[in-house]
Amino acid sequence: MHELGVVFYAIDAIEKVAKENNAKKVISATLELGEVSTVVHEYFLDLWNWEVKKHNIMKDCKLEIVTLKAVTFCEDCEKTYSTVEFGRICPYCKSKRTYLLTGKEINIRNIKVV
Amino acid sequence: MDNEVRVIEIKKSVFAANEKEADELRDANKKKGTFLLNLMASPGAGKTTTLTQVINKLKNELKIAVMEADIDSDVDAIKIKEKTGVESIQLHTGGMCHLDAEMTKQGLAGLEGKDIDLVILENVGNLVCPAEFDTGASKNIMILSVPEGHDKPLKYPLMFSICDLVIINKIDVLPYFDFDLKLCEEYVKMRNPNATIIPISAKTGEGVDKVCEWLRNQVKLWKGSK
Ligand SMILES: Nc1nc2c(ncn2[C@@H]2O[C@H](COP(=O)(O)OP(=O)(O)O)[C@@H](O)[C@H]2O)c(=O)[nH]1
Ligand SMILES: [Mg+2]
Ligand SMILES: [Zn+2]
Repeated sequence: MHELGVVFYAIDAIEKVAKENNAKKVISATLELGEVSTVVHEYFLDLWNWEVKKHNIMKDCKLEIVTLKAVTFCEDCEKTYSTVEFGRICPYCKSKRTYLLTGKEINIRNIKVV
Repeated sequence: MDNEVRVIEIKKSVFAANEKEADELRDANKKKGTFLLNLMASPGAGKTTTLTQVINKLKNELKIAVMEADIDSDVDAIKIKEKTGVESIQLHTGGMCHLDAEMTKQGLAGLEGKDIDLVILENVGNLVCPAEFDTGASKNIMILSVPEGHDKPLKYPLMFSICDLVIINKIDVLPYFDFDLKLCEEYVKMRNPNATIIPISAKTGEGVDKVCEWLRNQVKLWKGSK
């Protein structure tokens, strides 16, 4: 839903690091998106392609997205399980007392520059 | 060697820059003695109605201003001004579904030098996006209204986990909905054991004094610990 904001932040952050490292060009960037992060991949890619052209140092930058698995922890039986598969209710003990361990990350992993 | 391809490891959240800016804004507000309250909710939950009530009860003891960022915010900004008389300004989100620290800072600049004790930010009406972006607020609160259902804390865990106060509004209509107040409180606590929960009706005024008391206390604490 707020892909546009995330795209702006990501491009700003990448541009800053690239300049600090005296890079001429950013060839590619790898982003880590959690399986249940609030970012829709296709929408994000569209906005990225549209925005990146406006930044000289990044206009040919390829975007690679790595998906991080979402894992939920159950407080009652203390097991972990796949969030995408089972949602909020623990598949082992049917408890609702569960919380997300990982899966909502929106990280910049690395960039490739010349 | 200048043209060699290099990989630079970053390993940082996309939101890192905003979080830094938010922390700086909080520090600056603390020095000035200004408490910034970030108010979030779904559209129609009763943000504007609740604000009007709370402001009218507190405006004689605190200098208050409102920043409106909700979609129909011209209307809300005018409504607040008409019904409470406090200054209310409109923020521009540039079509974005949230406010970030930079946008909030720009809004606050419009109130510079006015010695405001309490600035209330009516954030964009949505339970997903505003939760991701730290605005630099001293405290975050949200309003959940009875018609939305008691299982909202399960559906929007992030929002509930960042809120210091959860107001459950429209309790005057409880008899017409199968809204389980107890269960709702339990779900909120699951997401955030430290959250304060106050059921109110912004329509009848029930519970509004408790919200005022909470707010009065928070502002006092904020100003006291400079
Ligand atoms: N029954 C009832 N209606 C309310 C209450 N609070 C707000 N409303 C109504 O809900 C609608 C939306 O309220 P508003 O304050 O504009 O919501 P906002 O979009 O969150 O700012 C309006 O028609 C209000 O009159 C309440 O406590 N009880
Ligand atoms: Mg409103
Ligand atoms: Zn379990």
